[in-house]
Amino acid sequence: MGKFILKRIGLALVTLFIVTTAIFFMTHILPGNAAERILGPFAERANVIALEKELGLDKPMYVQYWKWLSEALSGQLGDSVQYQSPVSELLLPAIGYSFRLAAMAFLIVVPLSIFGGIIAAINRGKAVDRVITVGGLSAAVIPEFVWAVLLVFVVGVKLEWLPVTAFPDDDTSIVQVIRHMFLPSIALVLVLFGYISRIARAGVIEAMDSDYSRTAVLKGLSKRQMINRHVLRNALLPTIAVIASQVPYLVGGLVAVEIVFNYPGFGSLLLQAVQYRDYPMLQAAVLIVGSVIVTMQLIADILFALLNPRIRQTIAE
Amino acid sequence: MNTDNTIIRSAAAAERKKMRGERLALLRRNPAFLVGSVLVSIWVFAALFGELLVPIKPEELDFMVTDLGPSSAHWFGTDSLGRDVFSRVVVGSRPIIVMAFCATILGTVVGTTIGLLTGYFKGKFDLIVMRILDAISALPVLILALLALAAVGGSSEVVTIMIIGFVFSPIIARTVRATVLGEAELDYVAAAKLRTEKTRHILFVEILPNVLPPIVVEFTIRLGYAVFAIATLSFLGVGVELGSPNWGSQVSENYVGIFSNIWWSTVFPAGAIATLAIGINLLADGIMESFEL
Repeated sequence: MGKFILKRIGLALVTLFIVTTAIFFMTHILPGNAAERILGPFAERANVIALEKELGLDKPMYVQYWKWLSEALSGQLGDSVQYQSPVSELLLPAIGYSFRLAAMAFLIVVPLSIFGGIIAAINRGKAVDRVITVGGLSAAVIPEFVWAVLLVFVVGVKLEWLPVTAFPDDDTSIVQVIRHMFLPSIALVLVLFGYISRIARAGVIEAMDSDYSRTAVLKGLSKRQMINRHVLRNALLPTIAVIASQVPYLVGGLVAVEIVFNYPGFGSLLLQAVQYRDYPMLQAAVLIVGSVIVTMQLIADILFALLNPRIRQTIAE
Repeated sequence: MNTDNTIIRSAAAAERKKMRGERLALLRRNPAFLVGSVLVSIWVFAALFGELLVPIKPEELDFMVTDLGPSSAHWFGTDSLGRDVFSRVVVGSRPIIVMAFCATILGTVVGTTIGLLTGYFKGKFDLIVMRILDAISALPVLILALLALAAVGGSSEVVTIMIIGFVFSPIIARTVRATVLGEAELDYVAAAKLRTEKTRHILFVEILPNVLPPIVVEFTIRLGYAVFAIATLSFLGVGVELGSPNWGSQVSENYVGIFSNIWWSTVFPAGAIATLAIGINLLADGIMESFEL
């Protein structure tokens, strides 16, 4: 088991290394010069050269890469060009807010879609099943910002049930905070529900068709008992793996949803960084996203192996 | 020898043709597929003949009629600059459909080539390429696109197409690779090798036709994601030319209005994105079902 975990961590590190390399070279090799960008199009040539020296841009590419990577590893992510302050000071609170929103979306979507998947599987081929699977996947292909805008209009403006900004004016009670985050997280939930419920459904169907389920029925268990005792345990394993694989989509969705709801999260900062071509901010933001995603995938892989006796056994051998 | 080959090949082609016929018959009876094709056809028609269909020019500003609700003169109302929302929605179908199609074609061609090569050659080459592809697809499409658009600078449609195509290729490569791994073990590949056919011939003439079904399915699914990604990028104000009648940009330009109940200039383009995305998804679902049988 220890060997397996080590191997997985090794693979995750390789992935992270490739991701960092991609980030660095995408922002350095492509046309345009960082110093010129900071100083603007009318800058004097001498100033540009001076700034290039100051930023270390006159050094060879691999030297720059090593400097950037070692600084990033020790937590020095540089200063934001736009705000003239350390990137980490800006990014950390924003990531905290985004994490809050993402966590709320996950807390809603995971039980909801597993439940939906089970209901669909039990009613396989019936109308309920069609509604959940076709409806779920149709909802999943509509971009988050479209859902967000429609939700704001119907639930926020027309019905006036929920606030239309994601952030309370004064950081009041936890109830208010949750109420404000409800609409944006629903926009994320609608996009994620289809995939997770489809996998949960497939898992339940496979487990229900298995020999042990037939034995359970033959020995006199009711359908409910069979599902609770035998089916769910086996069906939920693949679902864990899929939930982890949805994290990248969730992160992408956050950017759009945060813009619609004017939420001060990491997505808003990232978009600003793109618009102002704030490279240190952009690199740091993408680096952090990449690390979070790779870590989540790693945790899911290990969890999956720990929970699945078959995999556990093959690893032990 | 050569004629034998031709006979075998034409027999295989006839077999494929028969299966294609059966699939089409299945598709015609699939309600999801039919609804999907109607939705997609409407938007493709709009994209082809946009300007000819609309009564008012989509760029025409008329400050006398700003923020007007839907009426017989303006079916979908007017936006904050007095532009006709119906015209902008109809004409706005073109950029998103053209971009999504080009990006998906690019991703499919690149991904299929990589998948054929890695699945056929296996070994170290396969290992290294797949590792790099895994790493690329660890990042969300949207984030990669934002990174690349910032690096290239400006909001170019061509860049957006290339980025989305590039980002999609690992996913398609993985599907193709998995199928090729099985195909490469089959006798017809061994036979082709014995005939000393060139590798390029084995890959693209022998193996490719047999792995087409999963590629077609993957293409339709990716097309839906391309619409998703392009709509989101244009909503965020990157990746498309500003001011063009683009659905995503229309939503971002007008959505402040919904707080004061001016819903039409936002809800109609938003609905257009939703119906196109759902249409493609239903098509993909139908195709997937018919291929599984």
